[in-house]
Amino acid sequence: MKQYLLSVYQPDGGTPPPEVLEPIMEGLRRLNDDLRAAGAWVFAAGLHAPETATVVRVRDGADLITDGPFTEGKEHLGGFTVIQAPDLDAALRWARRMADVTTLPIEVRPIAS
Amino acid sequence: MTDVDFEELYRREYGRAVAILTRAFGDLDLAEDAVQDAFAAAVRRWPAEGCPPSPTGWIVTTARNRAIDRLRRARAGAEKEALAMTAGHDEPVAGPFTDDRLRLVFTCCHPALALPVRVALTLRLLGGLTTAEISRAFLVPEATMAQRIVRAKAKIRHAGIPYRVPAEADLPERLRGVLAVVYLIFNEGYAASSGDALVRDDLCAEAIRLGRLLVELMPDEPEARGLLALMLLIGSRRDARTAPDGTPVLLADQDRSRWDRTLVAEGQAIVRECLRRNRPGPYQIQAAINAVHSDAPSAARTDWAQILQLYDLLATIAPGPVVALNRAVAVAEVHGPEPALAIVDGLPLADYHVFQAVRADLLRRLGRSEEAAVAYARAAELTGNAASREWLLSRSTAGRPPPVAR
Repeated sequence: MKQYLLSVYQPDGGTPPPEVLEPIMEGLRRLNDDLRAAGAWVFAAGLHAPETATVVRVRDGADLITDGPFTEGKEHLGGFTVIQAPDLDAALRWARRMADVTTLPIEVRPIAS
Repeated sequence: MTDVDFEELYRREYGRAVAILTRAFGDLDLAEDAVQDAFAAAVRRWPAEGCPPSPTGWIVTTARNRAIDRLRRARAGAEKEALAMTAGHDEPVAGPFTDDRLRLVFTCCHPALALPVRVALTLRLLGGLTTAEISRAFLVPEATMAQRIVRAKAKIRHAGIPYRVPAEADLPERLRGVLAVVYLIFNEGYAASSGDALVRDDLCAEAIRLGRLLVELMPDEPEARGLLALMLLIGSRRDARTAPDGTPVLLADQDRSRWDRTLVAEGQAIVRECLRRNRPGPYQIQAAINAVHSDAPSAARTDWAQILQLYDLLATIAPGPVVALNRAVAVAEVHGPEPALAIVDGLPLADYHVFQAVRADLLRRLGRSEEAAVAYARAAELTGNAASREWLLSRSTAGRPPPVAR
């Protein structure tokens, strides 16, 4: 079994209205249940907005703390799921379902063990 | 016995041997290295010791031993590991097919790999072409191609791209991707604007060889047959499609006695067989259109009504502006230039040189010569091929038919 990081990329901007968000969250709950039932679930988390991020660097021994995400863009990492799957095809099947539920692009990357 | 044609043996058996070794050890690099070792050993030993009764069996057995040697050398206690890997990969694999080379086809053409990478891997792992040959064919520096292949193999390994024929549910879509890769290899060899002519011919031959392999591996897939027929029929015109000075000769102007009748006959036989199966797909229909052209003793006696019917079918199952443009050429032959121009003018292809050339010809036939000259000039501007450009510019005054099919 390999592990894969499934990252959800979402456009910047406010939270969608409840009537849009509710079915998505419900779909994700069901997807997570199915991942657990299939023994593929490792860990999943949604993230607060990128404005809540803080980046820490150490330069010449001194901390440098900056407000905001590491990269600015039109999209940001909104959440992620770690799954285990026998191969990429299996991981892509889960990712396809996640993309369908969220209507957002999902990046699939193998985790180096 | 020293009369073994090693090159022929290599081309024929390299992909099969790599496929078998990949299944046994689950590692493409190890498989390739071991198979190359085995061929090197064969070149050294067979001339002195004689050719073994089963050359392929000898290559695979030797490669298997070399692979285990390599693993043993690479790590202490690796023999046990090698045996464990072998056991793991010998288990039955899900899916409708079990041939090792077929698995390799689907691994090389996995949609998670970029298209140029799929092409390179297919030529390398299934066709046995060297990195140097592939880079020459695609006019890419050898170091670039080598890096591309190394990265692709690393992605296959790290991302866990499976060495497996896809499940039934995914098969039609994945098969379309495989066929597209083979057709792209063919077109790169056939319709390229520059490069070493010999290598390009090799690419066409390689694509047809891969096409035959797909038909052999997937005898129940009519589109694989359709693609093979299409490549055979287009390929049959190779000698007639350029003038001695290298300028292109249009289908309508080609000396049909120079078409390769053996390839035509084989292509047409496959088309007839596809018709009997009655599961038409885009490649089969394009092959059928080319079979009608091949049937005609002269351009003037082409059965355009049948070609138009086939384009109607193609436009239904694979709609798109380029198909509509080609269909318009048939419409012009059957119903005249006016309805054809009405179709062409509605297509969003203004920046495509063939569109401008077709439009120019229709305008010319309608007597709108000034507009025709403008369209020919625009077509000449848009083409990347110098010979085509010259031809189109000469058309802005003279009257000739447009570049139809090939």
